[in-house]
Amino acid sequence: MKKETLKYAFIQTLPVLFGYLFMGMAFGILLEKAGYNFIWAFFISLIIYAGSMQFVLIGMLAGSMGLLSMIILTLSVQSRHIFYGLSFIEKFKAMGKSGWYMVFSLTDETYSLLCGMNIPKELNQKQVFLTVAALDQSYWIIGCTLGAVIGSFIGFDTTGIDFAMTALFVVIFIEQWYSYQSHLPALVGTFCGVAALFIFGAGAFILPALIASVCLLLVFKSSIKQGENQEVCQ
Amino acid sequence: MSLDFLIPLYVILVVAAATFLTRFLPFALFGGGKEVPALVKSLGDLLPPAVIAILVVYCLKGVSLMVAPHGFPEFISVGIVALLHIWKRNNLLSIGGGTLLYMVLVQMVFV
Repeated sequence: MKKETLKYAFIQTLPVLFGYLFMGMAFGILLEKAGYNFIWAFFISLIIYAGSMQFVLIGMLAGSMGLLSMIILTLSVQSRHIFYGLSFIEKFKAMGKSGWYMVFSLTDETYSLLCGMNIPKELNQKQVFLTVAALDQSYWIIGCTLGAVIGSFIGFDTTGIDFAMTALFVVIFIEQWYSYQSHLPALVGTFCGVAALFIFGAGAFILPALIASVCLLLVFKSSIKQGENQEVCQ
Repeated sequence: MSLDFLIPLYVILVVAAATFLTRFLPFALFGGGKEVPALVKSLGDLLPPAVIAILVVYCLKGVSLMVAPHGFPEFISVGIVALLHIWKRNNLLSIGGGTLLYMVLVQMVFV
């Protein structure tokens, strides 16, 4: 790999570096508090590699949930990834074997980096993509593992540290608010989420909220102007 | 091997497989040289902000408005995260500041 590629990819991933180290450490600390050490943190961040789902996973590790419920819960929390992949089908296919790693590693943050980058012409786009994706996962693995190690030492009360996940999604919400020309998708999601929560309750609202959002967005589709941000991803 | 090891391992493998499935599905469905339908394409564009909004609600789903502290720690902290982020656009500051505030609120203020 060319040195310029690594340098460019590293600079591009700097925001994710801090975010992943921080969120990963929050996850590692919570996991350690639930009774699983840093080897588990390393293994989970290596083969699952999903921020919000890993937080949800902590509550599932004891094994009280049935197989089907686990699969449905994971599919609904991760369902947005089905739509991330759509933007990159052709590009990842052209990458051959490393395309498989790109598919596996397409997290929220990697997706938004890949969408937003204007890669200089002198660099190889495939190598930049792969380097960005691999750097991001390495930050996540380091954060999660380090958090679990730190978690086994700290004595202070960590109650409320799980709010980091809420704060992360609020931040992503605001970023998308700025980058999308139309605010309708964000408003539709907020409305459907709150409405479904009141109708179906905390345990079962995600899937109805997602389905209702898809239907409403299809209805409003023609009236939504699609901005520049989305076109970069095509 | 003990169940204390095997059960978490099993849960992790199931979640890993289901997670990979969600990331692999668009490629399995539309990867074979098939044209992605315009409808699916525009959903891929429009859905992410809606899903993130739903995930914010998901994070706050456990908050009870009826029982003390009536969601005050959550709504104050979400407000501060939003204000910090609109002000500085710095992820670390917004997330770190909001989380610290929330920890103080639930541990010391609204006990």
